[in-house]
Amino acid sequence: MADTGELKQLPLRQLHEAAGARFGGFAGWSMPITYPAGVMKEHLHTREHAGLFDISHMRLFEFTGSGADAALARACPVDPTAIGIGQSKYTLLLDDSAGILDDLIVTRLGPERLIVVANAGNAEADEAHLREVTKGLDCRIEPLDRVFLALQGPEAEAALTATGLDLSSLIFMHGLEPKEGWFATRSGYTGEDGFELAIPPAEAEAFAAKLLADERVMWIGLAARDSLRLEAGLCLHGQDITPETDPVAAGLMWAIPKSLRTGGDYVGAAALKRARETGPSQRRVGLMPEGRQPIRAGADLFDADGKPAGHITSGGFGPSVGAPVAMGYLRADLIDKPGDLFAEVRGNRVPVRIHPLPFTPHRYRKG
Amino acid sequence: MATTYYTDDHEWIRVDGGVATVGITDYAQEQLGDLVFVELPEVGKSLSKGDPAVVVESVKAASDVYAPVDGEITAVNDKLGDDPALVNSAATGDGWLWQMKLSDESQLEGLMDEAGYKALIG
Repeated sequence: MADTGELKQLPLRQLHEAAGARFGGFAGWSMPITYPAGVMKEHLHTREHAGLFDISHMRLFEFTGSGADAALARACPVDPTAIGIGQSKYTLLLDDSAGILDDLIVTRLGPERLIVVANAGNAEADEAHLREVTKGLDCRIEPLDRVFLALQGPEAEAALTATGLDLSSLIFMHGLEPKEGWFATRSGYTGEDGFELAIPPAEAEAFAAKLLADERVMWIGLAARDSLRLEAGLCLHGQDITPETDPVAAGLMWAIPKSLRTGGDYVGAAALKRARETGPSQRRVGLMPEGRQPIRAGADLFDADGKPAGHITSGGFGPSVGAPVAMGYLRADLIDKPGDLFAEVRGNRVPVRIHPLPFTPHRYRKG
Repeated sequence: MATTYYTDDHEWIRVDGGVATVGITDYAQEQLGDLVFVELPEVGKSLSKGDPAVVVESVKAASDVYAPVDGEITAVNDKLGDDPALVNSAATGDGWLWQMKLSDESQLEGLMDEAGYKALIG
């Protein structure tokens, strides 16, 4: 157990305390897990109105220089020339074995300027890895000091406009700098329409307070962030994707341009080509348990003959689905003809079936 | 006249004529958050003090509830199958978990009364 004294504190900690947050450790940070409304209400509020998440534990990196594109192309299976100014792209950081070191969102802000958003738990390792693999290129990689907030839900746009920040022209997976030092994308981790906003620390508290004064907006903790992303079928790095999984097994090949699936100059290209030719032994799928009992990460899966069939990587209760939901890796030969599948929970075998992802439809603003 | 005792695992046990009703405290339900599933034991099962008796599952995690004393399960709260959130809304009332026949009433002496429990949770 991590000593809470050693955890990093969010810049807006006092706002969360004033809102009655219960804190817990996550990726080295002391994070609001729930607020007094509780995970169920927080989750449903986000799907119906607008939820405000403090995601300042995540790290933004700015890539600048004539070699910024080359650096990105070296580090990730991505074609920087296909990312226009103002466009965002989901991509992966792979190791030499095509294992997934992290998943990233990259946004182009200029011909020689990109913003990369990395996960909290991986930020330091990512930075070291990025510097190592882009050595010799004319690219500065600079971590940005920002408060990072996500505003998610069908009323996110209206609530944001009401603060005087009109981003209604932005469409899903696009980004811009609405003010000096600010960075906004229309994206998120809930399956809902919404925004991620990086704000200079000195301006963040006043902006958050303005948003929270709107009755459509409430703070949402990490517990609901997890149930929202699981219903949306989105991967959590460290659970659903890890250095032990590759993009083929993870079902993330859609994030890799066709021309780069069979080779390229990025780290992991050769291993990814091989993984694709061999085919994965297991693949990531959505799973729905029978009944009301949630199935948690780590539970083993078995086929009709009682043979090992895989394992659960994320699982819990889906408040919008009104039932337990899960994600996991299933033996590839069972994907098309699963037969009866079971998850083992405390010695009991609970029937599960494959369920298409997402569990709740995405409602992105695609223009 | 029923007497209610408390454990430092945040359970309450209400004893009335040799039969005990067991649940978790309001403090415990608040710590766990919204419950979505309660795994109840079978009636007739014998438990020793400290045995896991029930699993309560919140959106996020599963937690054990332990037998506060030795005894045999005589009833479980079937309402929790459809409405596990009863434990949140009425932890010390309709959200009870199980009833048991006590094997050794002297074990109750090691438990806390309400004043003692209130001092524990502060």
